[in-house]
Amino acid sequence: MKLPVQLVAGSVLFGAFLVVACLSLVWTPFPVTELDIAAKLQAPGNGHWLGTDHLGRDMTSMLMAGARTSIAVALVAVGIGIILGVPLGLAAAARRGSLLDEVIMRANDLIFAFPSLVIAILITAVFGPSAVNAILAIGIFNVPVFARVARGAALSIWQREFILAARVAGKGPALISAEHILPNIANLLVVQGTIQFSMGILAEAGLSYVGLGAQPPTPSWGRMLADAQTFFYSDPRLAILPGLCIVMTVLGLNLMGDGLRDLLDPRLRRAVR
Amino acid sequence: MVHYAVTRLISLTLSLVAASLVIFLVVEVIPGDPAAYMLGLNASPEAVDALRDALGLNGSLPERYLSWASGMLRGDFGTSYTYRVPVADLVAQRLWVSVPLAIYALTVSTLIALPVGMLAAARRGRAVDYGIIGATQLGIAVPNFWFAMLLVVLLAITWPVFPAGGFPGWDAGAWQAIKALTLPAVALALPQASILARVMRSALIETLGQDYIRTARAKGLSEGEALRNHGLRNAMIPVLTIIGLQFSFLLAGAIIIEKVFFLPGLGLLIFQGITQRDLVVVESVVMLLVFAVILVTFLVDLAYAAVDPRLRHGR
Repeated sequence: MKLPVQLVAGSVLFGAFLVVACLSLVWTPFPVTELDIAAKLQAPGNGHWLGTDHLGRDMTSMLMAGARTSIAVALVAVGIGIILGVPLGLAAAARRGSLLDEVIMRANDLIFAFPSLVIAILITAVFGPSAVNAILAIGIFNVPVFARVARGAALSIWQREFILAARVAGKGPALISAEHILPNIANLLVVQGTIQFSMGILAEAGLSYVGLGAQPPTPSWGRMLADAQTFFYSDPRLAILPGLCIVMTVLGLNLMGDGLRDLLDPRLRRAVR
Repeated sequence: MVHYAVTRLISLTLSLVAASLVIFLVVEVIPGDPAAYMLGLNASPEAVDALRDALGLNGSLPERYLSWASGMLRGDFGTSYTYRVPVADLVAQRLWVSVPLAIYALTVSTLIALPVGMLAAARRGRAVDYGIIGATQLGIAVPNFWFAMLLVVLLAITWPVFPAGGFPGWDAGAWQAIKALTLPAVALALPQASILARVMRSALIETLGQDYIRTARAKGLSEGEALRNHGLRNAMIPVLTIIGLQFSFLLAGAIIIEKVFFLPGLGLLIFQGITQRDLVVVESVVMLLVFAVILVTFLVDLAYAAVDPRLRHGR
């Protein structure tokens, strides 16, 4: 089987950041929180591959640890979306047209009216800023997305004959959803998961940039961009490096998503031709 | 059409009530006394009592919700604790920055995206198409606030064409104000335009495969004519959906972009509200943002019905 080019390119790009993020758990060139004011704003070289920031922290180490923060926040947020959203969508599809379906879908519409930044603002105003609140905000935003995708896909599977066979065999809606519907919509969920993952990385960067995400000393790309703003004009490197990391990670994930969609659903590929 | 509009209007009202309840309850779950929370640790009990009184916190939960909600309906959003002025006045000032910014960005994004999407669809499978796909792929991956920073360096510092930040106010003349909003609007528009161009492209390509386009071609129209006369209207449905959805992203995005350019809009107001623990401000601005999103969804639904008669009569 020939893999789509985007899938390969995206996986390599995102995979590189994933490896770096994992590596940062056990090793970074310098300790991430080590300040060395005497060595501040150093150009690349001198043991610091990418130079140092305004507090003398090693940029390479910060970027590595930032990858960890971004990926962890976005991954858990996607997890929340799937764990809460998919069962809701499956339940709504299994009881199509019922009060339960109506309630779930209207609740979805309601959450959709709250952009993730607004959710984050509300949570932060009440509980204070933290990475956990950023995860919650992005995660809550993901729930209706997965619920809708799961419901829409499940509805068409429910019309199939093998579902009728399962019902004749005496299986209830819950069992059918788990055993027959879920495996058949897993492809779509994986593709949507990739898209939400990349949106999560962007959202996390935005939240940290405005100070609603990970708090210092936890390094995060968005936070680094906010810090860099003051020194941007004298030393653009400080803002360009974290920005490029965000772009490449998100690009990698988006390419992966496109490639996966082509791979898992050839009908779409033909439609685009 | 009237029946459809009325049904949508009822659902709009219900959404607003539900959203206001959610916001009210979230702020209510603050552990402890909101008055004490707002005043901080060193507040005297008398001050806390006075603020409780001023905020109307001594009533029961339903009473407080009703007075908050009915106040908003009358345009009374309460009094900001830190500014000691009505929140409605504060918000009204800031709206003059945020709303023009969002509209400006939406206009820029639509003006770029629709022709680019059409071009890609017309040249599908050729170099131009691949170039556009690649460029939009990149545009989606760029965080708008980072793009904003790059724009500042390029067009405000290196070549000082636009101001690097701040807002002179509309009193300084429309030209100055528009100049100050240009870089923020372009930064906001880039990712949105990329998404919109892709949607436009795939909607058009899908339309081009329809039988009625083949019929139109068979009766002698060129591909461009067939697309303009028969295809565009059908392709506009997914495009309208995305434009509607994007408005909420633009408003949220505007909050972040305002921080890059130090624009005195709703975003700056809300962040001050958070740091100064001014819950009245936060609550009201969040409600306003959610109201805007719900209202736009309603308008998009009406726009659908206008382009697609099936929706008016269907289900």
